[in-house]
Amino acid sequence: MIQKEEFPLKKVCLICAKGSIEDVYAALVMANGAVMEGIETKVFFTFFGLDAITKKQMTKLHTATVGNPAMRMPNGWAFPSLLGAIPGVEAGVSAMMRNQMEQLDIPTVPEFLEMITAGGGEIFACKLAVDMFKLKKEDLSDEVTDIITIGEFYGLCGGQGTQIIFT
Amino acid sequence: MTQLTYAGVVLEVNEEGYMLEKSQWTKEIAKAIAQEANIELTEKHFEVIEFLRDRVAKGESLTIRSIGKSGIVDIKGFYALFPGAPLKLATRIGGLPKPVSCV
Repeated sequence: MIQKEEFPLKKVCLICAKGSIEDVYAALVMANGAVMEGIETKVFFTFFGLDAITKKQMTKLHTATVGNPAMRMPNGWAFPSLLGAIPGVEAGVSAMMRNQMEQLDIPTVPEFLEMITAGGGEIFACKLAVDMFKLKKEDLSDEVTDIITIGEFYGLCGGQGTQIIFT
Repeated sequence: MTQLTYAGVVLEVNEEGYMLEKSQWTKEIAKAIAQEANIELTEKHFEVIEFLRDRVAKGESLTIRSIGKSGIVDIKGFYALFPGAPLKLATRIGGLPKPVSCV
């Protein structure tokens, strides 16, 4: 008996509101994962999440080295926030993280966005946040389908078997 | 574990439809499995399947990114060849194990 899920996931709507590497990649991997399973996918980037779809910022995402309780040194000790506050450390650690991901064949943010749209996923920017950060459509990645409000996004999320995920 | 017949050969498949005895794979079986999924296999399809089989034989992990970089077809094309869940479909048709990749 070939197993078939009784109520399969039909649509996944992701909202990405933070701009650190781990938060952006969480949203992107989840979006791409859904697209790869043939699930209709829509991603909504808002507030600092807009960095992930802004041409100037998307290749320079950082992770926090100050006040990040989960940050550890390579030998497993906790990463002291004082060390993280030294100029250049945040950029260095972030670059290291991006390198590690490249070695694991995890795509860069622009490539990830292309992969998501190539599979039929749609990417949206939050109008409120775009206005707040004074951005224009040209500042955003070409993969962005449209700049819409949250109400319009909810309108796209209807249907049975839909899940909305906030990261 | 069920037995299904493709192209006149009886195959053992697991509960998701993946072939258990990988050595039994032939192009005819691939065509039959694809037929079930309403896909007509063309040269392009087989090129991609060969690429995937090569990678598995070499022990490399299957990622959708590697297919995009393979030069055989771009990612959009891959989704067009194997609609829905392309990597899962292509590996099932190609007699390969289900891919465990997040990318």
